[in-house]
Amino acid sequence: MKKKECSERIEQKEILLEPPRGWLNLRMKELWEFRELLYFLTWRDIKVRYKQTFLGAAWAIIQPIITMVIFSIVFGKLAKLPSEGFPYPIFTYTALLPWQLFSRSLSDASASLISNKHMISKIYFPRIFLPISSILSSLVDFFIAFLVLLGMMVYYEIAITWRILFLPAFLLLAVISALAAGLWLSALNVRYRDIKYVTPFLLRVWLYATPIAYTSSLIPKEWELVYGLNPMVGIVNGFRWAILGQSIELSSLAIISTSVVLMFFISGLFYFQRMEQTFADLI
Amino acid sequence: MGNHIIRAQNIGKEYRYHSGKRRVMLRQALEDSLKSGVNLMRMKAKSQESSMPKMPQSTFWALRNISFEIKSGESVGIIGSNGAGKSTLLKILSRITAPSEGKAYLRGRVGSLLEVGTGFHPDLTGRENVYLNGSILGMRRTEIDRKFDEIVAFSEIEEFLDTPVKFFSSGMKMRLAFSVAAYLDPEILLIDEILSVGDTAFQKKSLNKMENVVQDGRTVLFVSHNMAVVRSLCTKGIFIENGEIKYLGEMEKAIEEYLHNGDTQNQISFVANANSNRKIQIMAVEFDNETRRSNRFPHDQSLRIKIKIAIRKNLYRFSVSLSILDKKLNPISTSYDFEKDEKQLLSRSPGLHTYLVKVPPILTPGRYSLSVRINQLGRKRVNLKDTAEGICPFDIYDIGSPRSRANIPWSENLSLPLDWILMDSTTGKPEK
Repeated sequence: MKKKECSERIEQKEILLEPPRGWLNLRMKELWEFRELLYFLTWRDIKVRYKQTFLGAAWAIIQPIITMVIFSIVFGKLAKLPSEGFPYPIFTYTALLPWQLFSRSLSDASASLISNKHMISKIYFPRIFLPISSILSSLVDFFIAFLVLLGMMVYYEIAITWRILFLPAFLLLAVISALAAGLWLSALNVRYRDIKYVTPFLLRVWLYATPIAYTSSLIPKEWELVYGLNPMVGIVNGFRWAILGQSIELSSLAIISTSVVLMFFISGLFYFQRMEQTFADLI
Repeated sequence: MGNHIIRAQNIGKEYRYHSGKRRVMLRQALEDSLKSGVNLMRMKAKSQESSMPKMPQSTFWALRNISFEIKSGESVGIIGSNGAGKSTLLKILSRITAPSEGKAYLRGRVGSLLEVGTGFHPDLTGRENVYLNGSILGMRRTEIDRKFDEIVAFSEIEEFLDTPVKFFSSGMKMRLAFSVAAYLDPEILLIDEILSVGDTAFQKKSLNKMENVVQDGRTVLFVSHNMAVVRSLCTKGIFIENGEIKYLGEMEKAIEEYLHNGDTQNQISFVANANSNRKIQIMAVEFDNETRRSNRFPHDQSLRIKIKIAIRKNLYRFSVSLSILDKKLNPISTSYDFEKDEKQLLSRSPGLHTYLVKVPPILTPGRYSLSVRINQLGRKRVNLKDTAEGICPFDIYDIGSPRSRANIPWSENLSLPLDWILMDSTTGKPEK
């Protein structure tokens, strides 16, 4: 009986191993088969993240709050940057939420292959799960930090409008941007360890190129197109638009941002799957 | 086609040397692309000139022309010396790395155990790691749920299940990891030398478990250096040498081939070019073991080593020494020619002298090499006159000792043949 079951399963599929070829082979079916591993990897990342810390998951709140306080003092009080009429703390916190998600995801994802190199050289599984799981686990931090935002909205008496329904779309865009950058950087990191040093620097520049401490209306009109190439501009503005109801022209910037993200994401997918089969040899 | 579950056709794997370094730096890549750009321009300028220096060959084939077919239910042992390509073959079959050429067809779910405890996380508890590791090995969550109690019972660490693994002893960690792996049941199982886990009782248990797996009709590929294990587990054998299949057939025959055929001639012995300027010189060192073409010896056989010394002038007070080195090239035993006959120290006439050194079977299974030295013993210090270090690498194999049958690992390099005499308790004399 068991034998028969076995042979039936055998006839169902045959795996062919051959030299890597082709650009268009995402093997979605296989990803689906391994889906439980993605769950376990994400679960591991979440479990391990705040292990052996005294404050535990509270760090997910403390980090953005401290950054918000610093920004409010330096940019809000001292530099007196305009905040479109909103209290500066909540103005910057709405931007810090997606930013922290993005930067944490990006740095974890770009290191994800290297820090799991032991697994890569010893067993087969879809490698793409490593950057994806580090991004999914960052989402947990995002939702914890989001609770603080709700508290602040009550405190500053900011009403929730219909626009909040669009928030998931901007969140998705932030996740895809992080994944796009994560795919590129993690695959490059396997070959060029320089990426480890590039990433923190890249994130610092990116932070200032994104309207977190300031408002994007400070950018001169003629530079707006170039500025919009940074996908985080569209995402941060989207968050402010959806939560605070900030009156900004979303359309042009959002479209540019979205298309840039999609371009990077698709090219990242192809680059990653192209390099995937050489990871074990290079890592 | 028939009932072949694994079919490999001309598999080859090419690796690139990274000019000594394994990591490619960005700078190098940029330089390379810049250089090739410049070269391209030069090429255009010189058009048909073919004097452009070619890039030195910086690749090598770890495997080449590997073809075989394995039927469903067969257990196959893959043997060969270190670096022969065994592990590369398993890595290709388990899809960790892709072949550079050729194809392989696998029919069925493949489980690979190239290492015990892949993905174990020190901060997670034993219980959590069973799930994580099981899922990495390709088990479904429901499957782990179902087998969980059996896995834990097999590992014998029930009481520490909720302790983070970092507080485990390495033996406990290995036992838990092996237990997860032991309950994996794919159609094809690829295993790389993992049966030497835990204490002897646990080793015996895991070996029994593997025997069950084989008897269950699962297709199993083992890579191992332990001839006793592959002999007892496998029916079919593949002997790989220098990336090529040297023998494919019965396990027993494969082991025989392996022990009798080895590395090329120049590696297994040492030969020096005569240099007439030297007063004394080591000319050759080799094993004198019948017709063997390899330096692989069973653990129960004496070794006979021939050392040829050329003496070109009358010399006084010198000695020849032979050291046996372990695999890290540390000497484990040194013997001098004058120890049995002190007169050897006085003088020796010029000419070619040959020593035959007999080593009793006291070396335990493993890899060794030799080192031969000629010293002149001066009044105050010893002058080294000639030396040949780390030559004639050889392997000692356990071909079925009482120890291996009892599953006791060889832990030291030397095992002295001591006599154990059971005394009669009443007469105080040896029992019959």
